[in-house]
Amino acid sequence: MQKVIREKAIELLRSGKVDRVLGWKEGEFFYDQTPHLFLSPEEVERTFVYNGFSGANLSKYLVKEGLKEGVVAVFLKPCDTYSFSQLLKEHRIARDKIWAVGIPCEGKLDIELLRKMGIRGIKTIEEKGDELLVSTIYGEKTVAKKDVLAERCANCKSRKHVLYDELLGEEGEVLDSARFDQIEKLEQMTSEERFAFWQNELSRCIRCNACRNVCPACTCEKCVFDNADSGIASKAPASSFEEQNFHIIRAFHVVGRCTDCGECSRVCPQGIPLHLINRKFIKDINAFYGAYQAGENPDERAPLTNYSTEDMEPGDVFKKGE
Amino acid sequence: MQRIGVFVCWCGSNIAATVDVKAVAEALGKEPGVVYFEDYQYMCSEEGQNKIKNAIRDYKLTGAVICSCSPRMHENTFRKAAAAAGINSFMVEIANIREQCSWIHKDKVSATEKAIILGRAAIAKVHLNAPLTAGESPVVKRALVIGGGIAGIQTALDIADAGFEVDIVEKKPTIGGKMSQIDKTFPTLDCAACILTPKMVDVAQNEKIRIFSYSEVDAVKGFVGNFKVSIRRKARFVDEVKCTGCGLCTEKCPQKKVPNEFNLGLDQRRAIYIPFAQAVPKVATIDADYCTMLKTGKCGVCSKVCAAGAIDYKQKDTFVEEEYGAIVVATGFNPIELKKYDEFAYSQSPDVITSLEFERITNAAGPTGGTLLRPSDGTHPKKIVFVQCVGSREDGGGCGKTYCSKICCMYTAKHAMLTREKYPDTEVYVFYIDVRTPGKSFDEFYRRAVEEYGVHYVKGMVGKVSPENGKLMVRASDLIEGKQLNIDADLVVLAAAIEPDQSARPLATMLTASMDTNDFFTEAHPKLRPVESPTAGIFLSGCCQGPKDIPETVAQASACAAKVIGLLAKDKLTCNACVAHSSEMLCNGCSTCEKVCPYGAISYEEKEFRMPDRTTRVRRVASVNPAVCQGCGACTVACPSGAMDLHGFSNRQIMAEVDAICK
Repeated sequence: MQKVIREKAIELLRSGKVDRVLGWKEGEFFYDQTPHLFLSPEEVERTFVYNGFSGANLSKYLVKEGLKEGVVAVFLKPCDTYSFSQLLKEHRIARDKIWAVGIPCEGKLDIELLRKMGIRGIKTIEEKGDELLVSTIYGEKTVAKKDVLAERCANCKSRKHVLYDELLGEEGEVLDSARFDQIEKLEQMTSEERFAFWQNELSRCIRCNACRNVCPACTCEKCVFDNADSGIASKAPASSFEEQNFHIIRAFHVVGRCTDCGECSRVCPQGIPLHLINRKFIKDINAFYGAYQAGENPDERAPLTNYSTEDMEPGDVFKKGE
Repeated sequence: MQRIGVFVCWCGSNIAATVDVKAVAEALGKEPGVVYFEDYQYMCSEEGQNKIKNAIRDYKLTGAVICSCSPRMHENTFRKAAAAAGINSFMVEIANIREQCSWIHKDKVSATEKAIILGRAAIAKVHLNAPLTAGESPVVKRALVIGGGIAGIQTALDIADAGFEVDIVEKKPTIGGKMSQIDKTFPTLDCAACILTPKMVDVAQNEKIRIFSYSEVDAVKGFVGNFKVSIRRKARFVDEVKCTGCGLCTEKCPQKKVPNEFNLGLDQRRAIYIPFAQAVPKVATIDADYCTMLKTGKCGVCSKVCAAGAIDYKQKDTFVEEEYGAIVVATGFNPIELKKYDEFAYSQSPDVITSLEFERITNAAGPTGGTLLRPSDGTHPKKIVFVQCVGSREDGGGCGKTYCSKICCMYTAKHAMLTREKYPDTEVYVFYIDVRTPGKSFDEFYRRAVEEYGVHYVKGMVGKVSPENGKLMVRASDLIEGKQLNIDADLVVLAAAIEPDQSARPLATMLTASMDTNDFFTEAHPKLRPVESPTAGIFLSGCCQGPKDIPETVAQASACAAKVIGLLAKDKLTCNACVAHSSEMLCNGCSTCEKVCPYGAISYEEKEFRMPDRTTRVRRVASVNPAVCQGCGACTVACPSGAMDLHGFSNRQIMAEVDAICK
């Protein structure tokens, strides 16, 4: 696929159809990819990559790209198109300055899961169907790909693109995902257990703001956490604010708009499963106001900013929370 | 720093009996910024208001906190007093220590503590208050009346009489409502049609009134003085202008087996029909559920016989958009469904009927031509049992209503009396829990039924009715005699409880008007503002607000009209000063606020901005129309970046109040 995508990027740049291309290139390590803006076909040839570690959702970068002159091409995996569609709905992207290319995705890998298997000194990873050939400084190992998939990909909600200008490869289907299973487990805990679970997770937060910075729903001109007038602006983890409030406030700010792309958890240097908080909200919205996934349907009105007579009474919502 | 005065009201003993008002005043006097405090028996009285005015002048106060009743009660009173003393009226805050404190607590120590906390929160807010000025908005001098029963008719006639245009929206093909189905009216026993139909004609002929019959309110936007209403005119498949109401089609239509809802299904009508002879407008309507032409495309008899060429099978629902200054709700009532009351055998025997069905059977225009006949076999009933309070005054667990339906005692007395008058050979029993007949000439009316007409009134409830050999065996208890009764009745009449019309709940949602648990509309004040909804510009007429008889309904309908006229007579309304405003530098242009605004007050515009890096950028930003904004605050909580804020209830003010409470 990487070859096809590179060729497409080069073709778009050469033909003058686009001025820039948003894609991925390797970072410090091969598994540590970073989003990159390619300006020339040569640069694409040299450094553009697309493989199991091209996890970054590029849609958020389109907010800034749309402000520039000229057209930018972007490669979007199915789940990234959810964010793209949501951002368009919120008038955050100049659509006419974007050339969106849909690309297939077989699920992205989580290097931490390999490490947890005790595999150290990883040099390269080769994908062979359902298996991964991992070569390390200690020799070669074969592992099942499904065991190394990131949680968001193991529970992928859709392999179908919401929208694009052109599509590379075959279009997939909306999947019958088991993504809410983990939420149900959390719901079955007692409130004390649940509090302890989250306090344990969130106490590791170093308030680096990576989750907010990567989140495609967090595109405010000025974030409330950076706004001195908001009364909640702070940077350093000076108190238990991060543990108790920061992530909750953030979840409320993206509720009904989160596309469950899982980027928050991917970038968290402390490995906090942040996307579960947002996913709980998605599950609740489904239960209270009917099935809804932000980004899935560009014309649908979001339940939290819409009123219908079938909406659950607030009192009943409250009772469910007990 | 503000100079704040604190005024603690005793409200007689309403507050002072549960809250130590002196302790509250003294505690609040120690709060930062408070330079004066006082307590008084009735702050809202002239003397109390003078105390506030004098303190503002003498102590050069910049803000005031009144610890008293709910702001819904007297906020305006105190704001006016403050303005008269020379400070901006929005520098006054009310701490509600009555409804939210003294009335709901018993322990004086904790109630006093809570009153101090509430006062402290109000003080914290006043510190951040800023003077506000309200704008003005024009008033559309037209009214909409929803519902064309006697309540809607009377309100419309009175408003039109004052010179304002009125539209009536009625969901049925004719106006007239429940009163048109009734035979005689208590306590004077004049015929309902004789007093109602002339009013219906008055409505039709009044050039200020338009009737949208067979129509429903589809959507309501806007606010007091400036409502925008979309009315759905349902397809009746007959051109209202061309139809002369000759009724030929209703005689020739071959589809004869349609239950006649005007006679409550006691007889049948055709698929094309005019509900009754005096219908207004007198226009035929095709019932799409039964019309063979509409269902199969084969028939067309009505079209062939119609000399006016009024039949139009292709007619579709149409929508009318209109503007109004005021909206009157007159959606009325219905008797409850009696399916759940199987002990009375309502579903088992056609001879167990509701009181409204009894009205139709005794009505000269009804299915029997006014002769009292049993629905089952058409014979004269010789023994009739009336059962009162069917579904009324039940305890919370039952399938009925907890309230008293109010009209049943009187109409049952009427039915009993009329039966004995016309058919003296008939034995009439009335079973009751209590007989409730307050009202002018009402108790005398009931006494006449008992004393002059010999109706057997029995205190006690009927336990079971069972059809046996063409009779209805009624098993009941006589509580005064202390014995069981077994009556072999020919006819049983159930005084079914009344409930608000089904259309009321969705309508209340559209109007953002509040309702009680029984789906009756709530009034702005149960005693002092009984015909207004708490939502400005929405008025209540008739049974939509609570059970009422006809005299009371008409009185309330006229009262409602007076309130509407009072509003429409104004050229301009003072707008709400506590409106939302958007900080353009924070706004993302995401449109969330626009979507949640119930008043359509928010729009978006592309604006050029000079950015910190000295570039110019065109950004999409929200702007609020202050004349339309009602200050509900929905946008401020929906805005993800905190760009939206509300004058008078800013996020900072609310946080300051919360902090003061949690201190």
